[in-house]
Amino acid sequence: MVAYEPVIGLEVHAELLTESKMFCTCAVVDSTSAEPNTVVCPVCLAMPGVLPVINRKAVEFGLMVGLALNCEIPAFNQFARKSYFYPDLPKGYQISQYEYPLAINGWLEIDLPDGSTKRIGIRRAHLEEDTGKLTHVDGHSLVDLNRAGVPLLEIVSEADIRSAEEAEAYARKLRAILQYLGVNSGDMSKGVLRMEPNISVRPVGSDDLRTRTEIKNLNSIRSLARASAYEIERQIALYEAGESVQQATMGWDEARQVTVTQRVKESSEDYRYFPEPDLPVLELDRAWIEAVRAGLPELPDAKRDRLMAEHGLSRYDASVLVAQRAVADYYEQALAAGGDPKQVANYLIGDVFRQMNLEGRERDDIGAILLTPQALAELVTLVRQGAINHGVAKQLIETLYAEGGSPARLVEQRGLAQVSDESVIGEAVATVLDEHPDEVARYLAGEEKLIKFLMGMVMRALKGKGDAQVVQRQLAAQLEARRK
Amino acid sequence: MLTDLTLTEAQRKLRAGEITAVELTQAHLDRIRALEPALHAFLTVTAERALDAAAGADRRRAAGKDSPLLGIPLAIKDVLATEGVPTTCGSRILEGFLPPYTGTAVQKLFDAGAVMLGKTNTDEFAMGSSTENSGYGVTHNPWDLDRVPGGSSGGSAAAVAARMALGALGTDTGGSVRQPAAFCGTCALKPSYGRVSRYGLIAFASSLDQIGVFGRCAEDLAALLSVIAGHDPRDSTSMDLPVPDYTAALTGDVAGLRIGVPREVFIDGMQPAVEQAIRAAIDQFAALGADIREISLPHTEYGLPVYYIIAPAEASANLARFDGVRYGPRHAQGALWPTYKATRGQGFGAEVKRRIMLGTYALSAGYYDAYYLKAQKVRTLIKQDFDRAFGDVDVIVAPTTPTTAFRIGEKAGDPMQMYLSDVFTLPASLAGIAGASIPCGVDEAGLPVGMQLLGAAFDEPTVLRAAHAYQQVTGWHRRAPAL
Ligand SMILES: [Zn+2]
Repeated sequence: MVAYEPVIGLEVHAELLTESKMFCTCAVVDSTSAEPNTVVCPVCLAMPGVLPVINRKAVEFGLMVGLALNCEIPAFNQFARKSYFYPDLPKGYQISQYEYPLAINGWLEIDLPDGSTKRIGIRRAHLEEDTGKLTHVDGHSLVDLNRAGVPLLEIVSEADIRSAEEAEAYARKLRAILQYLGVNSGDMSKGVLRMEPNISVRPVGSDDLRTRTEIKNLNSIRSLARASAYEIERQIALYEAGESVQQATMGWDEARQVTVTQRVKESSEDYRYFPEPDLPVLELDRAWIEAVRAGLPELPDAKRDRLMAEHGLSRYDASVLVAQRAVADYYEQALAAGGDPKQVANYLIGDVFRQMNLEGRERDDIGAILLTPQALAELVTLVRQGAINHGVAKQLIETLYAEGGSPARLVEQRGLAQVSDESVIGEAVATVLDEHPDEVARYLAGEEKLIKFLMGMVMRALKGKGDAQVVQRQLAAQLEARRK
Repeated sequence: MLTDLTLTEAQRKLRAGEITAVELTQAHLDRIRALEPALHAFLTVTAERALDAAAGADRRRAAGKDSPLLGIPLAIKDVLATEGVPTTCGSRILEGFLPPYTGTAVQKLFDAGAVMLGKTNTDEFAMGSSTENSGYGVTHNPWDLDRVPGGSSGGSAAAVAARMALGALGTDTGGSVRQPAAFCGTCALKPSYGRVSRYGLIAFASSLDQIGVFGRCAEDLAALLSVIAGHDPRDSTSMDLPVPDYTAALTGDVAGLRIGVPREVFIDGMQPAVEQAIRAAIDQFAALGADIREISLPHTEYGLPVYYIIAPAEASANLARFDGVRYGPRHAQGALWPTYKATRGQGFGAEVKRRIMLGTYALSAGYYDAYYLKAQKVRTLIKQDFDRAFGDVDVIVAPTTPTTAFRIGEKAGDPMQMYLSDVFTLPASLAGIAGASIPCGVDEAGLPVGMQLLGAAFDEPTVLRAAHAYQQVTGWHRRAPAL
């Protein structure tokens, strides 16, 4: 049996969240919802005689990504024309960077399951413009050019990725960085972020690069991981069967969870690149580059390290909290509202995420849930102050998640305040022990795990509001008293 | 006759209240109506719109307002986008196309008060030297109706020469205002690359295209250039440099001006009358006190091959947008590729197709380095020739064309012969420098000869000054064709 290893590189296209398009003044809008062909002008419609003008903000956003990915930023930048005919490409060529990209030779660090880290090389990141969209209906194709000319950053990794899990880790980290920089929403389902792995497999120990396939149409990172895993196995199976892999573009069939061949590439297409004569070469001022670098926000790895150092969080918890910018923002807002860092982390990762999972809600969407970070902080504080116990807190999270509102008011309205009164709890304990002589006897005979059952019965008697510590102490004491 | 005025003379009479813009415009429209059947200089005549604009200009003037070209009737080459007015580039592929916007240079003319008479004929997408490549019929030379007016701005040149317009806009990619000006015995200036915004100029070759002006004397050229020159935020290749006062540059004095005569331009095969006229003009400059120096532009001979790689390469991409999807006639064939093929196959003429194929070939994988890249390197050498020359001289004098206007059909079957008629104008386009053509004589048949005056990049003032001084002591530019 030959052991195989995959060789994976990722090509990522990220639309940039600039106000206007790459080469004209049209607004950048959600092209999945805007009325078709309403956000267009002579320039992005490629009317005869128009000219492109570079969007400075797009260059700045691209620069931010390049710097965040530890890239070199060459002083000399140039746009080129990439020619091909298609109705979603109004000019018949795409303005893109070819020989002289914005950023080169960077890296991104990912966490591996064994706790170690690995650097994935970034070959280049370059600016270009998005195409329009085609919709096929009844044998016709409808063209919507709202998206045509939206700034796009193409980020190309080295083929350093060696498993579907690494591809997923890379994708998650890269998406987080784009979100932290505020240059992309990370929403793959709307196509504003598109990730295309190219995959080949080879016998472990071999250095050769075999025929690779490219997977398109991945609308989530989960799909990316599954499609990559599937494609790796598919290629291995082909080699094992003595067959060969065809160079092809694959699609991911979400319903069947398989990759399917979309287009076989017989020869590479000739795009006839040449420098864009309508645009001057772009020489980036060093001082500007350094100013952009200085203005970069805190990025996920740095935030993770800081959360570990400042709040004593575990690496796992900290990594989960920083994985989406929206989650990190939520967490930090809860801290700003006075929440205890560790407790907030526990409730957030445990209970809040559970609610979101039940609802099928993406973590990116956490900013929109009814349970506000301030409410979570208040809840945690109520627990710390002994006003409610942990069980009540968990119940309240369900309620607040579903309905919103203030934890303190809910506690008051529903009478959920913790019962800590020694005599009330003592009475409840005595009653429970009286009602369960069997269990008490078995406990006293050494069946110590029965304490949990008795504890549960006391809590039930106290309607879940008992102070767990007092209950535990009373229970232990009264059981000991019954030993004679 | 009102149509015999120069643009500058008409300005003076309008300002003095001796004539009205409506009279002036009507006189030109009448002349267009009379001569168009013979000349076919225009693709669209916007008579009603012109008279409205002229009436508006008269009202403004009556209200005490003035602007640089208030009430001046002009012709616009049909490769310049004009909102709501047919703009075809002389191509069937844009038949019926009404642009949704007006380009910068034309808008600046309108803002200065100019009156548009119509859109002039051109070789299809400005590709040609005779207007024979127009999809809408050839324009005839006003001096001899059997001859071509030159091209590609042949319609504009013929219109100005035949007194159908006081001035005109053309475009020059490799000589397309200078060569027809020479053939039609009128004046034209191709400004330096980056002097005038290209926004609205339907691109042929983006790194070479430049909007130029036609007029009947250097003063008229200066007046028009003053209006259209300047930086445009919509054109990143337009230079953000101050616009000098071109009219103030017309001092009438060339004493001490260093004029270079390239030894490479008097080539074998040049028509003797052309050489004689140029030599006589050089003597005239000497008589005016200019310092005549022989110079060398050693890479001149490569201008033609370099141009015919770079220009078609850029054109092959620039013309890709004409696919019938968003504008222009669509020859629908059911499926996408057959529709593309039918639309472009029927929409483009033979010369345009030839250049798209040349350019596509030059950019193809495996050929790019040998053709496009090498051509760009030689282009740099040509630029350096001029840089060196302008270290030594202020203006370069050369013939505009090797011959006077040729007969319609004479070169139509031989692209190489046709391309050779631009051999003297191509280097200045490749170098991006300023160049004018003004009349300086006639041949045995009475056909005009043009002299080219080239200046360093952005030194239009010196070019205009030399042209103007020459015209103060000669009368070639005042000759009018008998029509
Ligand atoms: Zn636009």
